[in-house]
Amino acid sequence: MSATIEFVIDGKEIQGQPGQTILEAAQQAGVYIPRLCYMKGLVPHGSCRVCTVLVNGRPQSACTQPVAPGMVVENNTEKVTALRRNIVEMLFVEGNHFCMFCEKSGNCELQALAYRLGIAAPKYPYLFPTRDIDMSHPDVFIDRNRCILCGRCVRASRDVDGKHVFDFVGRGPHKRVAVNAEVRLADTNLDVRDKAAEACPVGAIMKKRVGYAVPIGQRLYDHKPIGSEIENGKK
Amino acid sequence: MSDNLATVVRDICRKYGRERGRLMDIVRAVQEKFGCVSGPAMDLIAKEVGVRRVQVASVVTFYAFLSEQPKGQVVIRLCNDIIDQMAGAPDVARAFEEELGISFGQTTPDGKFSLEYAACIGMCDQAPAALVNDVPVTELSTDAARRIVRDLRKHMDPSRLVHRLGDGNNAHELVHAMVMNNIHLRGPVIFTPANRGEAIRKALAMTPAEVIRAVKTSRLRGRGGAGFPTGMKWEFTRAAPGDRKYIVCNADEGEPGTFKDRVLLTELPDRVFAGMTIAGYAVGAAEGILYLRAEYAYLQRFLEDLLDKRRAENLLGQNICGKAGFNFDIRIQMGAGAYVCGEETALLSSAEGSRGDPKNRPPFPAQKGYLDCPTVVNNVETLACVTKILEAGPATFSEHGSPGSTGTKLLSISGDCKVPGVFEVPFGIKLSEVLKLAGGEDAIAVQVGGASGQMIAREEFGRTICFDDLATGGSVMIFGPERNVLEVADKFMEFFVEESCGYCTPCRVGNVLLKERLERVIAGQGEPADLEYLQDLGQTIKTMSRCGLGQTSANPVLTTLKNFRATYNALVKKRTDGLQPAFDLGAAVGEAETIIGRKSEHAHA
Ligand SMILES: Cc1cc2nc3c(=O)[nH]c(=O)nc-3n(C[C@H](O)[C@H](O)[C@H](O)COP(=O)(O)O)c2cc1C
Ligand code: SF4
Ligand code: SF4
Ligand code: FES
Ligand code: FES
Repeated sequence: MSATIEFVIDGKEIQGQPGQTILEAAQQAGVYIPRLCYMKGLVPHGSCRVCTVLVNGRPQSACTQPVAPGMVVENNTEKVTALRRNIVEMLFVEGNHFCMFCEKSGNCELQALAYRLGIAAPKYPYLFPTRDIDMSHPDVFIDRNRCILCGRCVRASRDVDGKHVFDFVGRGPHKRVAVNAEVRLADTNLDVRDKAAEACPVGAIMKKRVGYAVPIGQRLYDHKPIGSEIENGKK
Repeated sequence: MSDNLATVVRDICRKYGRERGRLMDIVRAVQEKFGCVSGPAMDLIAKEVGVRRVQVASVVTFYAFLSEQPKGQVVIRLCNDIIDQMAGAPDVARAFEEELGISFGQTTPDGKFSLEYAACIGMCDQAPAALVNDVPVTELSTDAARRIVRDLRKHMDPSRLVHRLGDGNNAHELVHAMVMNNIHLRGPVIFTPANRGEAIRKALAMTPAEVIRAVKTSRLRGRGGAGFPTGMKWEFTRAAPGDRKYIVCNADEGEPGTFKDRVLLTELPDRVFAGMTIAGYAVGAAEGILYLRAEYAYLQRFLEDLLDKRRAENLLGQNICGKAGFNFDIRIQMGAGAYVCGEETALLSSAEGSRGDPKNRPPFPAQKGYLDCPTVVNNVETLACVTKILEAGPATFSEHGSPGSTGTKLLSISGDCKVPGVFEVPFGIKLSEVLKLAGGEDAIAVQVGGASGQMIAREEFGRTICFDDLATGGSVMIFGPERNVLEVADKFMEFFVEESCGYCTPCRVGNVLLKERLERVIAGQGEPADLEYLQDLGQTIKTMSRCGLGQTSANPVLTTLKNFRATYNALVKKRTDGLQPAFDLGAAVGEAETIIGRKSEHAHA
């Protein structure tokens, strides 16, 4: 066992291991740092930016930044939370998120994070993009209206399933998730048991025919805010 | 036809060793041959190189010069950045459209011509400018545009559009361009007579550690924008574990208003290649890569030829200049049209054959760069300075400039001034003196550092060009009394929206939102609260973005909000009727009025 690395998050002493990221070390100590593109078991992406913390005053993404001795991290402060709120609002207006009609509602990390951060309605104007839906696959569908470009499906398929079914195409505001075929998900070798089929934090990649297996009211974030499982030391 | 596709694609892939790392070269070659990288071509490439089709698609769809859909045999890319707009690009655009009978973004039905807009192509001192395939055409007028199309219809050969040759090496047979260098001020460091091989020989007479010490003693800082001490960067790379190390010269020069690296590569490429070689010796690298932006492809043959000459003179290759065991060679990696690829980690992604996505840091390139090997990334001008430091000694270098910013700086000056072009000035020079040099004393505003830099107002023209005050990679854009600074800012926001890589949320989404609200204010539909909105949104993009692009993309708005507050204040107003300023009641009830056949009493009260 190598020496621990001691640092501070919002005044609390944390002990991390060499090679750990700030997010992982915090999580181990029961401190929740909001995240969307991070998923345990996948290489960190650093793209959503909601995990941004101030490290000795400088913004860094907690999911990619390694722990270092003596660093002073600002996480749950009004300043940082305000910035994160803006990022989550951007994700809402960038896509078409109609939570009341979405099967993912209650299990959705984006929605849950918005509640946790206290977002009632975004202050930014909705961009109402035209995005497509791919129902071609027998067991899994893609609704790009709800994609937040977190890359979890891309990494899960590439690194865990070893298939590389998904990747990003286009640049900037035109960026989107594409599949390894001319157009249709059905023409790829995605299997419903693949990690990629359950990696999506939102309702963009969904399994068919199980949408309401768990009724609304009994879903993951229906009673406790996202992150409370970490704060209660369950994970 | 499809047999032909299969054979040609296979040959291209084989030419590049079917290496995944050469995917950029492969797709560029396929694009050049067929005018697109079609779905079937992507399938073929994927199979040859051993990747998935979607990986090829992810590369092809990233770069402006690559496309899935067929492009015309000749693609005309007109720069529509602010400087060209001021110089008459909109009229030139109309002339192209009329002559070709198509709009921008379209291809003629016969498949011969495509018309596109490009971000700054590095010809701002001779705007309006365009690229016709690889061939730059400059100082365009409506007449010139029509003549270009008529001539091309006759021969379809862009190289025959060059009727007059530019100055210096632009007239070299391997360059053969109408581009002008416009060097108006030669300083004591860069634009001085060079003796090929002298700097390398002097370096090789020292130990690598001594070379690094010389660079450190000169206090040279990076000329690409960030100003990192070059000697320190080399020391980190030298110390990083690994047998293979790389030297990368950043010739992406995409910052709007910057064109001094183009002039350096045209006039003093030996200095640049020597600098790379010296860096290779100092850090223990055997390979160098010059990452050249696609817009400068017309310089490629000239530069390749020079590399051959240097190999023949043993300034590259094995046991360079007789130094046993010192081997170093350089290859040119062409870009494909993406500003973000100037960001050093995006550049490395691109050179590795991927989308130009920036990488997560740490690790930094000095630890893990190109192909995960320790890598030095330096700007063209930085490397040219290195050569001079070795030639003349660090003390001669650091006697110029200011204490925190030694040496001279190449400025690329464009916009409303009498003599736009390249000026080598000592660091520490006042902005007002720069304006005098270029004949731009009337300026009401100067954008220093390109789109990502700062808009400076008259009251601050006494500030100085240096790392500690007005830092710039070289771009100085001058705006005269008749210009509207907010429209300039809006043009820059358009640039950032287009050029964001889209990886991270604040930059991908935030810039779109920032532009929307800025335009609302410009249109006179903003209220005072919109200025706070712009400030808060801009600050969020700056703080939360992943790479330098997003961290600076809000600057056009943030620096004009700071320095031209009165202009904003004059545009915003509080409405007294309690409605939002952007809300037009008359328009909102218009349709209902038509249906019922009478005017609303309230809307027209
Ligand atoms: C969006 C963006 C674009 C950049 N473009 C360039 C460029 O075109 N040329 C360049 O030398 N540096 C550019 N840089 C800076 C590089 O990331 C890097 O700092 C530089 O190449 C290092 O070289 P230097 O230390 O010699 O300046 C850019 C940075 C960003 C964030
Ligand atoms: S589909 Fe889901 S997992 Fe994939 S990038 Fe979009 S939001 Fe992320
Ligand atoms: S700031 Fe983010 S989206 Fe913008 S270019 Fe950098 S990584 Fe890409
Ligand atoms: S969780 Fe760290 S950037 Fe998305
Ligand atoms: S060439 Fe058009 S702005 Fe630089």
